[in-house]
Amino acid sequence: MTHTQERGVTELPNDRRPVVEMRDVSIAFGNVQALDRVSMRLLPGEIHALMGENGAGKSTLIKALTGVYSIDTGRIVVGGEEHEFATPAAAQAAGISTVYQEVNLVPNLTVAENMLLGREPRRFGGINMGAMNRRARATLERLGLDINPGSLLGHHPIAVQQLVAIARAVDVDARVVILDEPTSSLDAEEVQKLFDVMRRLREHGVAVLFVSHFLDQVYEIADRMTILRNGRLVEERMVAETSQLELVRLMIGRELEVLDRLDRDHGRAAPNSATPVLTAVGLGRKGSLEATDLTLFEGEVVGIAGLLGSGRTELARLLFGADTADHGGLEVRSTRRRLRSPRHAIDRKIAFSSEDRKAEGVIGDLTVADNMLLALQASRGWLRPIPSATRAKLVREYIQALDIRPTDPNALMRNLSGGNQQKVLLARWLITEPDVLILDEPTRGIDIGAKAQIQTMVADLAAKGMSVLFISAELEEVLRLSHRVVVMRDRRKIRELANEDVSVGDLLEIIAGETRQTELEGPA
Amino acid sequence: MTDTLDRAPAPEEQAPRPGPVSRLLGHQLLWPVVAIVVMLVIDVIAVPSFLDLRVQDGHLYGNPVDIVRNSAPVMLVALGMTLVIATRGIDLSVGAVAAIAAAVACTRIVESADEGAASAAILACTTALAACVLLGVWNGFLVSVVGIQPIIATLVLMVAGRGLAMLVTDGQITTPSNDAFSGLATGFVLGLPIAFLIALGMVVLTAVLTRRTALGMLIEAVGINPDASRLAGVRARTITWTVYVFAAVCAGMAGLIIAANTNSVNANSLGLWIELDAILAVVIGGTALTGGRFSLAGTVVGALLISTLVRTIPSIGIPSEANYLFKAFVVILVCLLQSPRARAALRVRGRRAASSKAVAA
Ligand SMILES: Nc1ncnc2c1ncn2[C@@H]1O[C@H](COP(=O)(O)OP(=O)(O)OP(=O)(O)O)[C@@H](O)[C@H]1O
Ligand SMILES: [Mg+2]
Repeated sequence: MTHTQERGVTELPNDRRPVVEMRDVSIAFGNVQALDRVSMRLLPGEIHALMGENGAGKSTLIKALTGVYSIDTGRIVVGGEEHEFATPAAAQAAGISTVYQEVNLVPNLTVAENMLLGREPRRFGGINMGAMNRRARATLERLGLDINPGSLLGHHPIAVQQLVAIARAVDVDARVVILDEPTSSLDAEEVQKLFDVMRRLREHGVAVLFVSHFLDQVYEIADRMTILRNGRLVEERMVAETSQLELVRLMIGRELEVLDRLDRDHGRAAPNSATPVLTAVGLGRKGSLEATDLTLFEGEVVGIAGLLGSGRTELARLLFGADTADHGGLEVRSTRRRLRSPRHAIDRKIAFSSEDRKAEGVIGDLTVADNMLLALQASRGWLRPIPSATRAKLVREYIQALDIRPTDPNALMRNLSGGNQQKVLLARWLITEPDVLILDEPTRGIDIGAKAQIQTMVADLAAKGMSVLFISAELEEVLRLSHRVVVMRDRRKIRELANEDVSVGDLLEIIAGETRQTELEGPA
Repeated sequence: MTDTLDRAPAPEEQAPRPGPVSRLLGHQLLWPVVAIVVMLVIDVIAVPSFLDLRVQDGHLYGNPVDIVRNSAPVMLVALGMTLVIATRGIDLSVGAVAAIAAAVACTRIVESADEGAASAAILACTTALAACVLLGVWNGFLVSVVGIQPIIATLVLMVAGRGLAMLVTDGQITTPSNDAFSGLATGFVLGLPIAFLIALGMVVLTAVLTRRTALGMLIEAVGINPDASRLAGVRARTITWTVYVFAAVCAGMAGLIIAANTNSVNANSLGLWIELDAILAVVIGGTALTGGRFSLAGTVVGALLISTLVRTIPSIGIPSEANYLFKAFVVILVCLLQSPRARAALRVRGRRAASSKAVAA
């Protein structure tokens, strides 16, 4: 082997040869050069992080490796042999197990069926359901997950679906396991469980590729990383030898200053307004949320902290009329209202951005512009199309404000990277200029620069009088933005506290503490 | 007008770098149009005078005119079907609805005081179309409110509708004699067949209603992702319901034209299997059965292709028993040529060939 030490490539230990080596891979979609001569290699027994901003080309690189896309130029070497997989199934058969960014399982099959799809245990030529459920349960237990393998996948929230997809990927004997933003909607506890599994895989000599926009997670788990920017390779680095600040600079190509501005500028003291905009009185729905009281005041950001399944999403959906409440009710500006559908809520100037981007947000085959203007157009009615000048102006404005890439308003939504789709969906609601903005995991899959930008935007909107309900699995983010925090657990609200000197630890303690002494706690 | 009609369906995932040639090759309507042209060429070879046009009493006659005129019923049904399919639905009842419309119109004409009067025909047709609205409301109700799968929901009327039509005609073959009515199929305006003008008029009207307003985009949104559309405030239920009503009205108009053509209605056979032709026309036109983006121009081409096919079969001497087989063959060919996967396979072979050439050089 010739040792041509290239710039930005780390030393390899002598005894280890990469199990995957991609060399100078390029892919263009029309006139978008998604990958431009990118190289990456994965070592057995290492966790490798693939880093880059939204749209940098991470998912495309993964799809090039696993045969979803065919490459224009370049070489892919797997296990010493040159390979170009024709289909994802071929990659799977060669020992590359992948969880793609958008969960692509079958909602109307059971959890077990999804986990073992394509390699079901058989008996007498038919599928052995008993064995299948047992095997699925064993895998789930190994991951420390309490999910019924016989339940329908579609009935679970997106985070659980994501866990099932991960369970499916680690269930097989793979040489390479690829996880594209597996932690984007997981709570800290599930992240730890996933990391345990990843460490175990590493011990067994598996090469793990990991994508995440959470730098702390990367620093906790990854050994080596490849950094992309605008479809180009920036550098390969050892994680331990790179500071976070340096990493961010490598990813975005300049310094990032916005991050702490928010902490300094945004006083967390409650706003002075006492005008209630949206009030829930004993709002609840059997099986999803116990009777809950909550008031949102003008200009206020209320954060919801709670684990997966705590009822945080269910509350948001009831407030928006996406589900109908079977007890209690809502007051919009102190007038009793029944919200029978999202449409009623929108007419009352309430907006809701769902956590489930793919199933409940993205209209893949329409353009970015159509997706952005959908809610506004729907509320105007079909007979009053938005004049094209207004259209162009609004779309241009938001593409710029949220830094959406590509900037072409006529690009098809499904061709955008995950983070950019999320930004378009945020724009969809901002454009309607709502009084109440309910955001369920709005920064899911969004890169660190854009996240700060969106947080600043939310703070500014609140300062102008909008009330915001902010739900996030990332408690730091909840605390950074909220004036008031509502803590939920077991499908009910257990605490409400002003965000004064509250730390993430305090919140975790409240969430955990309530298990033991639920009876003692009244609503704050 | 063409820009309203012609909104090409979504390009494929991995669009080739667009040069003019590959853009043409990639156009959804290329192969259907080629198929029509090829069939016409074959026709001319078989019957040299095939494309001849005659002017008689100021009207155009000849095979091309027949092809256009005979395409009208399928085109109308396919037009309604396009919007239904765009919402992820399907309407199997259109044939039965056509029969009911024809039955209602013909019996009304026969029963009216002055059977030959134009007013009788107008009244009868209006009544028939009003009945279609009700039938469409029924279908739409089952699909959008009760939530039954479209294929099952419309199967109900597909089966029961024939019975309804039989009830209306008392099981008789009804033969009205009314010049205004038969003019629907045989008449001419400005030298063109009225039937075709009606169909074209409906297409243009629909194009304006969907593409000059936001309706088309909202229909597509509902078809692509119903949950997301509902959460964005789109009145998905109302939209779905409306397209079934529209499809029934279109089917009714087709039924009237078919009945006018033969001056009779047989409740058992009128419009039989027309739903299949219509679905075919839609699919050939590039609107996917999975819903979403639709192309009205494509549907027009699809309907013309089917009617050309029907004319071609006898002219090249294919025995009538082989009729359906030949039809199936052409359809499979066109669909294959259109399928992104088949085309990708062709492209890969092309590329392999090109690169091996490069190596050889
Ligand atoms: N099928 C496609 N057609 C056209 N463009 C595409 C397609 N897939 C990806 N792109 C473009 O390629 C670029 C890279 O996208 P990719 O999904 O790889 O980004 P990413 O790094 O995974 O970003 P994110 O962090 O947001 O997930 C983007 O500009 C995207 O718009
Ligand atoms: Mg991605």
